[in-house]
Amino acid sequence: MTPVWRYGRPALVLLLAGSAVGVPLWLVAVTSAKPQAEAIRPNLDPPGHWQPAANYADAVSEGEMLGGFLNSLLVVVPSVVLVLILGAGAAWVFARRKSRLVSAAYALCISGLLLPPAVITIVMELRQLGLAGTRPGMIAVYTGMYLSTSIFFMTGFIRAIPLELEEAARMDGAAPSRIFWRIVLPLLRPVIATATIMVMLYAWSDVFYAFFVLGGGDRAPLPLNLYQVASAQLYLENWHLVFAYVVVMSLPMVAVFLVGQRKIVSGITSGAVK
Amino acid sequence: MADTVVRTRRQPAAPGAPKGVGRLPRAAVHHPWWFALPAIAVFAGFFLVPNLLNFYYPFTDWSSYHADIAFTGLDNFRTITEDGSLPRAIRTTLVYALLAAVFQNGFGLVLALLLEDDSRFNRFFRVVFFLPVLISALATGYVFRALLDQKGAVNSVLGTDVPWLGSTTWTLVIVTLIHGWKWMGLSMLIYLAGLKGIPGDMLEAARIDGAGPWRTFWSVRWPMLAPAVTFNVTTALIGSMNTFDIVQATTGGGPAASTEVFNIYMFRIFGQGLYAQASAMSLVLFLVVVAVAIPLVVGLRRREQLL
Repeated sequence: MTPVWRYGRPALVLLLAGSAVGVPLWLVAVTSAKPQAEAIRPNLDPPGHWQPAANYADAVSEGEMLGGFLNSLLVVVPSVVLVLILGAGAAWVFARRKSRLVSAAYALCISGLLLPPAVITIVMELRQLGLAGTRPGMIAVYTGMYLSTSIFFMTGFIRAIPLELEEAARMDGAAPSRIFWRIVLPLLRPVIATATIMVMLYAWSDVFYAFFVLGGGDRAPLPLNLYQVASAQLYLENWHLVFAYVVVMSLPMVAVFLVGQRKIVSGITSGAVK
Repeated sequence: MADTVVRTRRQPAAPGAPKGVGRLPRAAVHHPWWFALPAIAVFAGFFLVPNLLNFYYPFTDWSSYHADIAFTGLDNFRTITEDGSLPRAIRTTLVYALLAAVFQNGFGLVLALLLEDDSRFNRFFRVVFFLPVLISALATGYVFRALLDQKGAVNSVLGTDVPWLGSTTWTLVIVTLIHGWKWMGLSMLIYLAGLKGIPGDMLEAARIDGAGPWRTFWSVRWPMLAPAVTFNVTTALIGSMNTFDIVQATTGGGPAASTEVFNIYMFRIFGQGLYAQASAMSLVLFLVVVAVAIPLVVGLRRREQLL
């Protein structure tokens, strides 16, 4: 390796990271700590007067942040759990059995990776089922939408697990359900981490489907609240509140990623690129 | 504790069970269908059925203005074609998807090559470049609206007065750049995974044969990256046809509807209560995605096998 590249590469990485990621994050951080008068024209200057506490308190009271946070959790957590458990069961069958019917069912179930969800008629269907504007309706929509992702990743992963592990347990007399819970699921840990972060990421930040299914109301999750806060700013210019919101919305995802980081990478390695 | 006792007691019965169903194939005993059925049911009920309904409601007058739904044939399609929104949405969405996929993959591949070696420095910066993936697309949109506002941060740093988000031609490109910025970390991870999968002795052999870095890249690494390219290009291209948040947060579809992709149109028209008309647009989106996805996946798969 040439010496130029040896020092040039880290320098280039630092430059790229600073300009491409550092600048936008700095803007978010400083603006969320500025008083409204300073934040009207968002710039990179540090705040003349620091008031992060007051801004975050305002976002909580005016933006109904706590309610939104709770609404998000009540929808995202059950969706993720359902996507993982139902997806793992299906992926196990799809990975281990070979027949035309299995291939067809697998192809159908991962078609959601490519096909767009028909969001308008979902609303119609939920109304007929009495689920429109409810959390179970939202959970069902997210689960249906993101099952494809988890089935795709998990099926690829299970195919790489040697069948002998299951056979050994079967010799000891374990029934399929026991093998699934005690052997397959624990082995799936890395890909579960990947699927969890992917589904959480999509569902936690979704505003499009939440708008159609949940609407504004008191069940609105965080991103929908952020959208309303930001839309109101046509008249108010509340950049300081918007960015306080952005920080609060992003931190849980960053935390989840940092905790599961290593497994996420290995899950992607084995699931998507075989 | 009690639970395990019960389970161990039941065990002797289990080996007997397969005997009773001796004619069933082994797969049916060891990996029974009912593990897959709940997932299939939920997916069919809340993904496939709405997509099937989407072949009916666009041909009705379903809206918030009257209670009954009547069949009206092609009226909705005629309306959206004649007011120009359909051809415009198709063109805008396709351009958006193409540019977004190019930017996302370009940035991702460069980052993966820069951060390929497993040093502590590189691991740290992989996380840094993954951060935009973790920030919601809506929030990303607001961040860039603040940066690119005519009175915003970029203009104040450069000392310029450019209306970044006010051009009917270039704003679409800028929005796709933002899309590429938001998702480059994910592409980077997948390219890194692909690079890690290349056998070391292959690179060694290329080095011994006297191949320089460029030659190694084009003759060994790039072909070996084919599966990662397939996955990345497909998900980026198809995923960005379903875009909404970044566009809504930065331009809301403007200026002069120049960034009005399918989902922005649906969002706006649904908000006006014209459900069937929004549904018609949704059906077209479905058909466009299918028309792009099938040749794309088939082509990329074939390319993988050729390389």
